[in-house]
Amino acid sequence: MTSRHSVASARPALLLAPALLVIGVLFAGGIGLALVQSLGYLPALGMRTVSAGAFVTVLTSRGFLRSLGLTLWVAAVSTVLTVLFGLITALVLRRRLRNSRLIRFLYQIPLTVPHLVVAVAAAMLLSQSGLLSRLLFHGGFISAPAAFPELVHDSAGVSIILVYAWKQIPFVGLVALAVLQSVGDDYESVARSLGASRLQRVRHVLVPLTLPAVVPATIIVFAFVFGAFETPLVLGTRFPSMLSVLAYRLYTDTDLTRRPEAMALNLVIALIALVLVALYRVATRVFSERRDG
Amino acid sequence: MGSRFAPCDGMKAVHTAVIAGIVVAVLLPAIPLVIWSLSGGWWFPRLLPEQWSLRSWRYLASPASRVAEATRNSVIIALVTTAVSVPLGVPAGRALGLYRFRGKRFAEALVFAPLIVPSLAVIMGVQVVLIRAGISATLIGVVVAHLLPALPYMVMVMRAVFSAYDPEYEQQARSLGATRWETLLHVTAPAILPGLVTGALFVFLISWSQYALTLLVGGGRVMTLPVLLFAFVTAGDHAMTGAVSLLFLAPALLVLGVSARMLGGRPAGVSGLEGV
Repeated sequence: MTSRHSVASARPALLLAPALLVIGVLFAGGIGLALVQSLGYLPALGMRTVSAGAFVTVLTSRGFLRSLGLTLWVAAVSTVLTVLFGLITALVLRRRLRNSRLIRFLYQIPLTVPHLVVAVAAAMLLSQSGLLSRLLFHGGFISAPAAFPELVHDSAGVSIILVYAWKQIPFVGLVALAVLQSVGDDYESVARSLGASRLQRVRHVLVPLTLPAVVPATIIVFAFVFGAFETPLVLGTRFPSMLSVLAYRLYTDTDLTRRPEAMALNLVIALIALVLVALYRVATRVFSERRDG
Repeated sequence: MGSRFAPCDGMKAVHTAVIAGIVVAVLLPAIPLVIWSLSGGWWFPRLLPEQWSLRSWRYLASPASRVAEATRNSVIIALVTTAVSVPLGVPAGRALGLYRFRGKRFAEALVFAPLIVPSLAVIMGVQVVLIRAGISATLIGVVVAHLLPALPYMVMVMRAVFSAYDPEYEQQARSLGATRWETLLHVTAPAILPGLVTGALFVFLISWSQYALTLLVGGGRVMTLPVLLFAFVTAGDHAMTGAVSLLFLAPALLVLGVSARMLGGRPAGVSGLEGV
């Protein structure tokens, strides 16, 4: 066990100050300035009256509600897919990864590939004239591009969901694998000697063991999809668009009086994300207390 | 083989299927990118182009394209972002990883929050200041914006590195007569270097991959690879889109390969987000 130093706060404060200053100025400054601008105070644009009008306009608009619905839907579905396949692949890979460098490398590739590239590739694969559609045509399953389901620029965000699942499955998988490899075979052996079937061992032993790590990872996964921008920009529809895209459109609207609405929407996005941050911290604390005590 | 958990035949088939599925799923997106980049015309329902062509790759290398400018800007921005994040992130990570102090939980929350809250939403608020300061639509302005996702990541990686680090060795070195500088160089640096280099590589990649913030702050005037790539996507030029995508993707694979070697097989890129 390494010694943990409990010291007067001078030294850590000095070590932390430069980084915290930069992060604090950018993060707190950004949110503060968004608040000021959302209230309609933009002297640079000659707007000086302060009101909460932008919030009312944004929160009651049909566009916002549809965008919020789409964003939550896409985030929820891709999170479910990510966790499901993250766990399945982790369970399969847990004894192989040590042996095969190649599989390990392949498995991690999606983590580092830029979202924009994955989105572009998804469009080439999944659009109605894409590679998958062509394969189905040659297999005799469809007779024209229009017979292929709309997976790109569709109102359900199917291709966006798939891009995020593709990107994030190894994230959840690696988090689960770290646990599975550290606990070893003992629990499973006991369960087996007590007569648990393979499926029972997975369900009642292995999956619960990974939960303390996987639940926080799940919240991160959800939050990342929630803030998606370039992927829906390439693969989404114009209406409804995901929240970040909607905020950017409002911000770049030629009608400058829409700026406060963009800022109000940014604050709503930030607020939802901050709730996720709090949830994450609660989740890690609950699980670590359960483990320690 | 012969282990207590050697899968029976049915399970073996499932395992093989899952691994085959992983290999196919990971490689699948690369296929249309490569083929499109080499195509001179590729209409539905052909499985391969009617015409192969090196047009996009030639254009990529030609001075007429903006690829050189975009690559240069992307590299400069990512390098500067990394060069700022590392010296700020290492000491901060040390503070969070090694010490207990008042306000630590607040500090951790402040570092962690920007990793979760979408940077675009936050930087949109800051943009008014960047414009006033005259650094909007400049490389500096873009770097400032990139620091918001990059620096907290570096801090979190170093926090993980230092929480597995034993500072007793430093005290022993000092008591044996080593100077502060010698201790840093011969004791601390070798111990944290693999984590530090991996963290720095991923910070480079975070900046390199960034499209939203560059678009917002650069306003289309700071040309980086993702900005150029998006222009080809919008123009519907699939051949160029494929070629630029592959170029844009290359450092991601490079970083993954290098970090896998540095960490001796432990997964990279996840370490920063554990147990906040």
